[in-house]
Amino acid sequence: MTDGITKAPTGIEGFDDLTLGGLPSGRPSLVCGSAGCGKTLFASTFLINGARLYGEPGVFVTFEERPGDIVDNVASLGFDLQGLIEQERILIEHIAIDPTEVAEVGDYDLEALFLRLEFAVDQIGAKRIVLDTIESLFSAFQNPAVLRAEIRRLFDWLKQKGLTAVITGERGDGTLTRQGLEEYVSDCVILLDHRVDNQISTRRLRIVKYRGTAHGTNEYPFLIDEDGFSVLPVSSLGLSHKVYQDRISTGVDDLDAMLSGGGFFRGTSVLISGVAGSGKSSLACMMVDAACRRGGKALYLSFEESEAQTVRNMRSVGTDLERWLTSSQLRYIAARPTFYSLEMHLAVMLREVARFKPDLVVLDPISAFTESGQAGEVQSMLLRIVDYLKSNGITGVFTHLSHGVSTETDGGLSSLMDAWILLLNREAHGEFNRELYLLKARGIAHSNQVREFVMSNDGIHLLPPYLGDGGAVTGSARRAEEAKARRLEHERRTEMARLQDQIEQRRKRALAQIDALQADLAVDEAELQRLMQVEASYRAQTERDANDMARSRGVAGPAVGTK
Amino acid sequence: MADPIKLVLYVAGETPKSLAAIRNLEKICAEHLAGKYRVEVIDLKKSPQLAREHGIVAIPTLVKELPVPIRKIIGDLSDTPKVLVHLAVEESSS
Repeated sequence: MTDGITKAPTGIEGFDDLTLGGLPSGRPSLVCGSAGCGKTLFASTFLINGARLYGEPGVFVTFEERPGDIVDNVASLGFDLQGLIEQERILIEHIAIDPTEVAEVGDYDLEALFLRLEFAVDQIGAKRIVLDTIESLFSAFQNPAVLRAEIRRLFDWLKQKGLTAVITGERGDGTLTRQGLEEYVSDCVILLDHRVDNQISTRRLRIVKYRGTAHGTNEYPFLIDEDGFSVLPVSSLGLSHKVYQDRISTGVDDLDAMLSGGGFFRGTSVLISGVAGSGKSSLACMMVDAACRRGGKALYLSFEESEAQTVRNMRSVGTDLERWLTSSQLRYIAARPTFYSLEMHLAVMLREVARFKPDLVVLDPISAFTESGQAGEVQSMLLRIVDYLKSNGITGVFTHLSHGVSTETDGGLSSLMDAWILLLNREAHGEFNRELYLLKARGIAHSNQVREFVMSNDGIHLLPPYLGDGGAVTGSARRAEEAKARRLEHERRTEMARLQDQIEQRRKRALAQIDALQADLAVDEAELQRLMQVEASYRAQTERDANDMARSRGVAGPAVGTK
Repeated sequence: MADPIKLVLYVAGETPKSLAAIRNLEKICAEHLAGKYRVEVIDLKKSPQLAREHGIVAIPTLVKELPVPIRKIIGDLSDTPKVLVHLAVEESSS
């Protein structure tokens, strides 16, 4: 059975993945939905891509719009339908039926329609055909029995001709189609839906039936925008992502220093939570700047600020984001949370990520969604984003506005995140000071210190707090404590110098006294010498006198001993 | 005397419906529009491009091209009074 099914790719982003190849080749498929849900666009994209990309010419049979309108409609999506028509790769067959100028008398069939289709198909050798919208036949003819038989014959005829057909049909009340017939005779039925929930509309696509092949049965959101039609299968993600060992800088040197090894692992999901005005977006922008500096690409999805506003704001902290926008390294997308539903946001985000292939993605802030209610849905959406980013090795930065200093987030977001930077804004001594704390960083040894977070015109700095007697202090209290310490130090040094001076003086005095005593000693010494000389000369004189006396008495020699 | 009525009957091959339509038209013309009509029968099997040109979807289709306004009648024309009403032509006073 499975080898019997061949598929014709539609070229619609996401749809071919979902259906494992496209629409059943050579068989009719029904695309149904209410007015304005994108049936005609789906059909024309299928046809144009067939001619453009897969070498399969196609016939567009329109019962409603005129050929010129169809060409104009798809031109706005960048398709050159007129060119394809001129190259005979597409043929538009306009079958206009005006019920007011037709009367029915007796039995009839739609053989002329078949002849016209056959003629058109043969004219360009078509492999694909679109019939838009089959309901128009029912409003043009009054005999439903004939029509039912003819439509059944038409489906058989398409199959017999081996045409891959897309038939669009208006959705009926409670049934897929008005006549309740087409869905039974088609091999594949695709339901397009346009639902409004909480005043937010979401386009969804569901494959109701696909004979002979496995297919996803979920509802998938799809987009119609300037890039055409794209479907986003968003729920087939597992937990088997590759892990990376290399680190990426956060753009704030002090923060890198707090994470041993310098920065976060690539592919990490980082949550930056904090109260209003605590610098969440600025920190996220620093990470963007760092990513672009490394030569990578960053995608910034903002739900609060416009591009120009963020660029201006970041200039005040000395970071120029504009140059990255100019060099196409940074893509900035701003959309209000209420602009789309959650699925659509998810779809848009994933599509942008898939197309831009960034190294870093910022969602600023995710709390914008949690405030719109549906916490469970928000968490599942974020889970999908986190998973998607991780499986592609993209670093995700999510900011979250928290109320008050709490380590709780809405919807249990923290468990999804690998790293969590908590920004505080604490009031002390009549002022608010920003503080940063690394609450967690899976797999990285990190500082446990609460740092003061200072944004100045030369960037973001994380100052270590003053660790004084009264615990860690920040802000002007820190500056006061630091000034006090400086003052005390100064006083201590002055005192020391004074004491040194004093001792020096004393020493000098002592030395002076020593000099004076030594001078005295020298004087005494001289006196003693003089006395000794006087004594010696006295003794010599006395002896000479005695000898002279003896000689004069005539006593010579030993007379001295005789008395 | 008014302009002749120009009728074109589109058929596809010799199907019973086509043959019935041709037969019924001949009868109506002979009985009610004697002498002031021109009928052309086109087989779309032989020239399908004419179906596109003239916007024909159902078979058989009778088109009254003249006098204006153009009227189309689909079916095998089995109900003569109805056909005459839709052709909006005065019956010839015999």
